Parts: sequence; C-alpha cells; structure tokens
Amino acid sequence: MTNTVKLEALAEALKGAFPEGVTETRFALGELTVMVDRARIPAIAEFLRSDPAWRFTILVDICGVDYPERAERFDVVYHFLSMYQNLRVRLKTTTDAATPVPSLVGVFPAANWFEREAYDLYGILFEGHPDLRRILTDYGFRGHPLRKDFPLTGFVELRYDEEQKRVVYEPVKLPQEFRSFDFLSPWEGADYLLPGDEKATTAPKA
Amino acid sequence: MTTPGFPLPFYDTPGRPGAGAAVDFDGLNAQLADKGFLVTSTEDVINWARTGSLMWMTFGLACCAVEMIQVSMPRYDLERFGTAPRASPRQSDLMIVAGTLCNKMAPALRKVYDQMPEPRYVISMGSCANGGGYYHYSYSVVRGCDRVVPVDVYIPGCPPSAEALLYGIMLLQKKIRRTGTIER
Repeated sequence: MTNTVKLEALAEALKGAFPEGVTETRFALGELTVMVDRARIPAIAEFLRSDPAWRFTILVDICGVDYPERAERFDVVYHFLSMYQNLRVRLKTTTDAATPVPSLVGVFPAANWFEREAYDLYGILFEGHPDLRRILTDYGFRGHPLRKDFPLTGFVELRYDEEQKRVVYEPVKLPQEFRSFDFLSPWEGADYLLPGDEKATTAPKA
Repeated sequence: MTTPGFPLPFYDTPGRPGAGAAVDFDGLNAQLADKGFLVTSTEDVINWARTGSLMWMTFGLACCAVEMIQVSMPRYDLERFGTAPRASPRQSDLMIVAGTLCNKMAPALRKVYDQMPEPRYVISMGSCANGGGYYHYSYSVVRGCDRVVPVDVYIPGCPPSAEALLYGIMLLQKKIRRTGTIER
C-alpha cells in the first residue's frame, strides 16, 4: 500500500470511529489533515495512538495559528507520527482566546511543554493541563507575542539601572522606527511615493 | 634590535594592536645574564601580568559562541596569548558576550558580571551583542549588551570570524597596556 492509500484508509477509519468528531478530511501534497471537534481531541488522539492498525505513538508537535478575522481565531494543530506505518497525520481544531481545548497530557506526556508553548505564545487555554504557565518568554511577561495584534517591538525594553543596581523595564523607545524594505528598485516599478517625490507633483511656486 | 631602515619592528607600528609591546629581548637577555635579575617598574609588571593572563569567561549565547570556540582551538590558539577559558565568573577577568542577549537572560548576565573580580573587562562580540543586530526590533531582545554591562571592545560581524575576535582581544590588551594604571 502506498502512503496515499493508507492515509485514505485512515481518514475512513477516523470518520467511522468518530462520526460526530471529525468534521472534515483534506488531502494536500500527499498529507492528510483532519479537522476535528475540539471536545473530541483526547479521544481521537488516544485512538490514533492505541489502535493496533495505526499506532501513531509519537506526538511530533502542537502549535497554534492565529487568524484574527475569524470568530474562533485560533487553530490548534497537532502532528502525529507512526513509526510502524511510516505515516504522518495532522489534526486541526479551532478555538478562541477564552475557550479552553482539552489537554492531551493524559494521552501523550510530551504534550505538556507543547501546550505550555502554545499558551505562552498565543494564549490558547488547555483544560486539564497540570501546570499551564509560560515557558519561553521573560518572567513577568505580559501578552502573547505570536498573536497578530501583538506589536513586533513589544511594550517594554530593558536596561541596567546604576542607582537601583538591578535590571529595570521601561516602555519601548526606538530612536528609529522599524522600516520594511520591499527591495524594489525605483526604476523597476515601485508604485509608492518615494521620499522627496511629493515635491515633484506639487506645482512650483511662481 | 631593529633592522636599519626599519626603525620599528612591524608589531610596534603605532596603531597596531600589540603596539608598545615590543621588547628589546637581546638587551633584556644581556641584563639578566650580567646581573641575574631584571629591573622594571611595578606598573609595567602589573600591565604585563594583566595583558598576559586574560582568563575569559565563556558566555556563549548563540552562533557567535562557535567562533569563540574556534578561537581557542588549535588553528588560532588563543591560549598562546596567556588566556584560558574559565567556567566560573569568579575566576575570570574578561567576559566575551557572544551572541543575542535576550530579556530573560539579561538579569543573569548582569549577575554573572557582578560576580567577576576587578579588574574586569567585557568584549561584546557580534551584531546582536553590539546593538541587537538582526533582532533589534524584537520584543524579547536587549538592544545591545551595553544596556546591561559596560563594554570595552565591540567586535562587528555576524558572526565575527575567529580572527576578528582574536583582533578584538589584542585590541583589549592594547587598551589595558595604554591605560596603564592599577586603578581601573
């Protein structure tokens, strides 16, 4: 069996086992993506891990995606690997900033830090996680930096204060704003107004 | 002992690192053979000792650390300058900040710097340590390690080559020699 055939069989097996949990299956670039109901995530993960036909025993990653225009703005993406079938599968579910997703720690202990990371960077909540706190960002950090509405430069910057003899946090003050370069030469169709060009369009004073 | 036409040995050309280090070896040898001891000023001895035993602390934070490792490996062999990598700040004179300094790391960097005994020197190695570099606009990176510790020598580059770091260390030796005081 080729991987595509196996993945199609897996999609059918998941639909058969969780008729109301699996909302959609997609095939793209030889990979299977299963959209699932977030309440069913632990049951589906346990099925993938324990079913003797599949044995997806490795949780590769849990990550978040932010789509600020949607009502349920976050995607939570789970990647699984089966060393026995040489297969990979991706589960996706949606949530918003207030609705928790059931934690996978009970099924895959490896989910612990992955879920902490998703919580830290996106603010996605996981229900049943034993220790849901920040993992990567600074102590006392506020905000979730990978959300699209988080500014690139953040809110605070840091320096050592000679009088207080400690590192202090201050609001960000940038001497030069962030510039986004498009690497388009003005000779080759940069369609915006170049600095100084606005003088050319106004009529010279008589 | 200079060759006619070349008033200074090349390493004593003003402006080069190592300038002022040229020693009249034959004269010293003759003096030592004649008297059995050498006479010099305390200042010179202290400077000689300071520049010749820069024990550097390995503060590798990112990819610059690989070049820092290179410089102490046989090709560049930093130890021929009398330096030695130390794992403890309490045993080191020089801290080489090699890599991106993150907000979370900054209090630790300062704490470690405070533990170093005087006189202590800091080399900021690479764009990130100099001014944030590639991550200058990031929410989590200190825009230059000089916001946290005083820096003696900045080495540009991303990452600087091992030669550049070696040159920076020689510049620091020159700075110590030129400062020439016991008080820092």
